[in-house]
This record gives sequence, structure tokens and C-alpha cells, in this order.
Amino acid sequence: MLHKFVIAAGLGLALTATASAQTPRSGGTIRMTAPYGASFTSLDIHTTQRAQDEIFAKGLFRSLYIWDSAKGEPVLELAKEATVSDDGLTHTFKLRDDAFFHHGRKMTADDLIWSYTRIMDGSKSYPGARYVRLIKGAAEVEKGQAKEISGLKKIDDFTVAMTLTERVNPGFYFFTATTSIYPADEGAKEGFVQKPIGLGPFKFVEHVPGSRIVLEKFDKFYKPGKPYADRMIVSIMSEAAARDVAFRNKEIDTSVLGPAQYVAYQADANLKGTVVEVPEVFTRHMGMNRNHKPFSDKRVRLAMNYAIDTQLIIDKLVKGKAYRATSWLPITSPIYDKSMKPYAFDQAKAKQLLAEAGYPNGFEFEWTTSPNESWGLPIVEAVIPMLDKVGIKVKVKQVEAAVLSDLVRKGEHQAYIWSQATGPDPQAALKCFHSATPTSACNYTGFKDAEFDKLLDEAGQTGDSAKRNQLLQKANALLFDEAPVWFFNYNKAVMAVQPWLKGFQLNATELTHQNVEDLWVDPSSPAK
Amino acid sequence: MLAFASRRILQSVPTLLAVVLLIFVLFSVIPGSIISSMGDDGRGPMDVQVMERMKKELGLDDPIHLRFTSYLGKLAQGDLGTSFRTREPVTSMIAKRMWPTLQLIFAAMLLAIVIGIPLGFVAALRPGGIVDTASMVVAVSGLSMPKFWLGLLLMYLFALTLGWLPSFGYGEGKYLILPAVTLGVSPMALLARTTRAAVLEIMTADFVRTARSKGMSETRVVKWHVMRNALVLILTTIGLQFGALMGQAVVVEKLFSWPGIGSLLVDSVQQRDIPAVQGAILVAVLFFLIINMLVDLLYVVIDPRIKYT
Repeated sequence: MLHKFVIAAGLGLALTATASAQTPRSGGTIRMTAPYGASFTSLDIHTTQRAQDEIFAKGLFRSLYIWDSAKGEPVLELAKEATVSDDGLTHTFKLRDDAFFHHGRKMTADDLIWSYTRIMDGSKSYPGARYVRLIKGAAEVEKGQAKEISGLKKIDDFTVAMTLTERVNPGFYFFTATTSIYPADEGAKEGFVQKPIGLGPFKFVEHVPGSRIVLEKFDKFYKPGKPYADRMIVSIMSEAAARDVAFRNKEIDTSVLGPAQYVAYQADANLKGTVVEVPEVFTRHMGMNRNHKPFSDKRVRLAMNYAIDTQLIIDKLVKGKAYRATSWLPITSPIYDKSMKPYAFDQAKAKQLLAEAGYPNGFEFEWTTSPNESWGLPIVEAVIPMLDKVGIKVKVKQVEAAVLSDLVRKGEHQAYIWSQATGPDPQAALKCFHSATPTSACNYTGFKDAEFDKLLDEAGQTGDSAKRNQLLQKANALLFDEAPVWFFNYNKAVMAVQPWLKGFQLNATELTHQNVEDLWVDPSSPAK
Repeated sequence: MLAFASRRILQSVPTLLAVVLLIFVLFSVIPGSIISSMGDDGRGPMDVQVMERMKKELGLDDPIHLRFTSYLGKLAQGDLGTSFRTREPVTSMIAKRMWPTLQLIFAAMLLAIVIGIPLGFVAALRPGGIVDTASMVVAVSGLSMPKFWLGLLLMYLFALTLGWLPSFGYGEGKYLILPAVTLGVSPMALLARTTRAAVLEIMTADFVRTARSKGMSETRVVKWHVMRNALVLILTTIGLQFGALMGQAVVVEKLFSWPGIGSLLVDSVQQRDIPAVQGAILVAVLFFLIINMLVDLLYVVIDPRIKYT
């Protein structure tokens, strides 16, 4: 399903299709960019969940699963097959017996168990703990009550049985780099963070902090003939204007485009063909705190949705670099309901709803925002006059992104605007609105609805995936009806990719995250 | 001289302590923390239990006075602490970034000195002339042009249009040219203006008139009287600019993906990595103090009338 939407993304399709029609060439250098900051956090990928860091991690490390952009789902990576017990809780993985670490040793079940146990170290704070905690007995290790994860059993060197606490697809939990498999003999050593060893298609060569990471082809990578490229360089380039010059100057192979560049590249005949776009699993929204009085009333929240001309903002301000949100779950969600329609722009209806709620003259609220151009202050400024027309006054509270994140998690806001991950797992995305989910986790609007909880609980208990999807779709529709947020848009991730870089994947979870072994460069690349 | 140097070093200790205290308090009271910054890209909420654990691990739950005294204790032993973000010792992080920053600053300052001082001299010797007018237009433009914009213009011209230089990156000499020019234009302009003003003032001084009246050639007047006397003011400007460049390098380093202390500071501030911010700022302040102390010592060499007791 997701694949269909990805295909509909358009321009990128041509690029992928062309790539698959040609014979991949070995050799050359892939020159990617990391646009989300002025440095990488750490080479120990267990310690960071930032999107910036996973860009290079895709070359160095591997996890049990990997995201398959074509299928739109996580697929087995370090295991050849997995069988599931009748109760749906125990997954037995037949691990690859041809996966080597960069220092030459073969990966075994011990490495997987060691890595997951490390992530659950209760004295450290590895972000991947939220995923590994799904394994039975992992929480006990985290609390210091056990030394081993009881739900992880080594059957032989290449077979592991994993018992989960919930009936879910483990692929959604074990595909990110935060759960990468490290070599048990090297991972604990002090020098590991300086010269990391992984199972990825490229091995570590150099890290110039604040500038670049250089990797080179790992000859013993388990996929025959891959990676195609000899080298991979990830340059840190957080300034969009500098990336633009470097891309036009053919110094880099990929660049993330913002709204202004998106328009400029489309208008330029030489650059239009380089644009690749995909609906990412992020929903931009204004969250309304139900503990703040006007927003505790559903009619007020609906009025907010009717009062804003969302399409106008997407067209004119976001320059079409977004898809109109029609519910919480994005277009690329496996259970996206195409039949759902967004709230119409109807200020008369908004006024009527406000009057019914007891606010005929509107009200004033404080809107917390970051300066972000796509889901921050510029959007708020565009919305203010629209709300003003129905009598709602806005007091803007501008803060840095890190502060916004802090305030939102503490529930110290009346309303906020943000971009939140709404996939790839729809169940996890909707769980943020379950009443048992605390604000500090992700129930930022303080949403509470018995019917919604019931639907989600039933979805979590059923072993029938069709039924589960049906229940989740219902929950998503209910959420839309309750309007805890202003449904703004789904991110349209846009990148420019040089014509000589082939095999680029339309990854809906994060377009910059590429399975780099599938990328290859044709001879027209200026990089040696 | 030695006594003066020792006194200056001792005087810098309270300055450093004040900076340390200010940064520590500032970053402890402003909203946001390393923990909240880990989810600020909206990619997914940080796990609540992990967040709590991280608070403990990093000592963020401890009272501010305890954290400060612990930090001071380590600082006294030359330990700048451990980065919240990378879990690396801050000293090692800064050591990796120091050389690129110094390369950039020295190159920028060299450019400023080599072009700015002669330009100011030439302008002052023919006030109101074409050279004077042109050089002052360049100087004023250089001072008022934002570095970010200038950097982009240079990238566009020398990388994209002419193809002479790379637009970004760190490596051999050619990578240094554009960042150094971007950073060096402002001190160059200031030096040109300062030199011009100093030379013009000295040219009307009594001792210059006396020298001329004794029949000394104009070249010798400029060389022996004007230049040496102007150098005191020029050197002061060089010292101040040199010290300030480390702070100004932030924008340039980020623009050109130059791996210096500036880009380390940007990410550390955004992600509330307090030990790294403190370490980077401390190094910048220390650099400023050292450069200015050296300038003070150089005064004695230039002007024998200056004596430190």
C-alpha cells in the first residue's frame, strides 16, 4: 500500500525506474550530506536517535531489520528467516551465517544478545531501550534486577528466540540504528567510539568532527557484489544556501531542499530532474492542550480547524512542499484511509461553533512555537489573521526547538506547533493519544477518550492483522473527529539527487536515510 | 617584564572564573536541556524512562551549587568535564577542533594585516585621493557586510562561477582560502581605517614637523617616526581583532563546514551540552586574554618609552 503512495510521489519514480533499468557500476564515491546540524552526535550509534546520525550509520552499522522503501515496511536484514509461535509472542530468528564485522569476525547470536543487553544497561541512557524493552525480561535488566534478558534465548550460534511482551511486528522496533548489532568483543572497549566496528557495507576510515565522515567499501559485506561504491563521504552541511552552491557546483551528490529551494529547483530546467520527493511519516500540527479551558471543548478545537485556510498556507507559504493532512496518520501509513477528507475552510462554521461553546466573541491563547520555517513561527504568523477573523487572538511565545520540546513534554503550553513522527508503525503513532500514555511520553495534548482507548486496546490484543488495521483505522477517524490538533500537513520530504547517483530509495521514514549498499554512481560523477 | 606577565596571568583568573560562573548559571536557568534537545527534530519522543535515567547519569537532578563546585574542582585539575552529547572528554573534543580554528584565524588575520595596514598607510599619505576614497569605500563595505552573505557571494563567484576553489570542506590550502577571506575582510577593513586614522594624526604631530624641518626625507619621516608611532594603535587593534575572531568564526565555520570550535559551539548551545559550551567559551576567552597579553608585551619592543614594572 505504502509503495503505491511512494510511486505516486512522481518525480522520484523516474529516477528510481531509470536506476533499476541500468546495470549497477562498481566503484566511485558517494558524496552525501548531513543537513540537520553542525556535527554528528557520536559514532556510538546506540547513544543517539537523531536523524542526522543515522545518515552515516546506514553505512557503518546494521540492525536485525532494515527499512525496505519499495515495500514500505521493515524486512529482515541480519536474519534469513523468522518464525512466530502460535501465541504470536515468540519470534525465532535464523541469523545470517555470512555476516562479518569490519574487524573480520563472523556475527553470532551472542553479538545480538550482547548488543540488546548493553542497550538495556540501567546505568546508561541508550535511546534504543524503548524498543528493546519490548522483549520479555529486558525491563528487569534495565532496573538492575537481572543480568540477562530472559526473553532472549540463544538456541545455537545462528539461532535466537525472542519473546516479546506484546503482540506486535518486531520489525517496527528493531530497524533503526539505535538497535544496531555491535561485536561483543569490541563494543565495550574504550576506543570503539573513536573507530567503530559494525556490520554495514562500509567500514570506518575517518571522522573530522564538524566536517565529514569517510567510509570505505567493506569487501566481506554479506550481500554479494555490494556495496557498489568504493567510498562514501558524508559531509556535514547545515546551511541550506551553502548546500545549494555545493550541489550546483557538483561537489555533493545529495542535498535536502527547503520550501524556497524546492520552488527554485523546479523552476530551473537544469535542476528540475534532480528533485526527488516522498511523503514522510511526519504530521505537522498545532496541538491544543485539553487542560487549558477553551481547548477542553471539542467545538473550540473544531472551530480552530475550520477557521484556518490550511490549503492556502500550504500553497503559498510552504510552497507546495507538504501534503494536506486529512487525519493523524500520514499518506504513507499502511492503514491510511483515502476516503477521509480534511476540514473545510469555513469561518462562518467556526464562528458558529465558538458561539455554541460559549465564546461568541472568541478568546485569547498563547501559542508556543519554534522558529522552524515549515512548522514554526512563519506558519503561526500566517494563521494569526485567520483566527483573528473569528475573534481568536493569539499571543505568540517563540522558543528554541529544544525548549519547545521541553515545554511540550511537560505539558506547559496552551497550544504548540510541531512536527511529530506518525509512523511507520500506525499502532505506535496512535498510542500517543491513549489515555494511559503520559504527556511526557507523547500525549502532548492530554487526550483522553474511552472509545479511542478501547479501539487501541483491542487492536493490541488481536492476532488478526486485518482486524487490527480496521480497528486502528477507526481510532484514527475518531481522533480526526475529536480534533485534538489542527491537522496541518504531512511532510513532503524533498531532496536533490545528482543524475549520476543511482538506486536512490524513496524512504518514507526519512528520505536522507539510504540503504547505501544499493546506491551506485555512473561514470559521469566528477568524484573519483 | 616577567613580573608584569605574571600579574596579567593572575588578573585573568577572576575573569575566567566570572565567565565560568556566568555560563554555568545561564545554561542552568534557561529553559531546555540536552534531554529535550534529543527529540527536538520531531523524529520521535524520547523514552520517558531513558530521559529520567539520563538526568541522573548527567547529574542534572543535582542542585546547581553542587554541580558548580564539582565542575570547578575538575576545572582546577584541568578537566573540562565530559560532553553530555558525545560522552567524550571536552578537552579532547576541543583539542580536535583547535587546530582548524587556529588555521582559520591566523590565515584571516594574515590577510587582514598584509592588506589592511598598507592600504591604511597609502590612504593616509594621500588623504582625499583616489586610493584613499577607494580604500575607505572598501573598508566601510567590508565592515558592514554580514559574513554569511559575503561567504555565499565568494562561494558563488569563486566556486560556482569560476570553478577555482571548492565551496566547502576541510583539507589542504585551497579549502582555507574562501573561509579565511570571509573571516578576514572585517578585520582588514578595521585595520585599514585604524591605520589611516593613526597615520593622519601622527602626520600632524610636532615631532613629525620637527623632523621635516630638519630636512629629513618624507620616506624617512614615515619610516622612522610615523610608522613606529602608529604601530602602537595598530597593534592594539590587531590584538583585539585577533581575540575576537574566534567568536566571529562561528558563522564562517558553519557556512563552510569548517571543523573548528565555532561549529562545535553552535551544536553544543542548541543541544544544551553545557560542559562543551563552557569549554569552548573558556578557550575563546583564554585565547583573547593571551593574545592581548602578548600585545601588551610587544608594546615595549615597539615603543621603548613604555615600561612595565
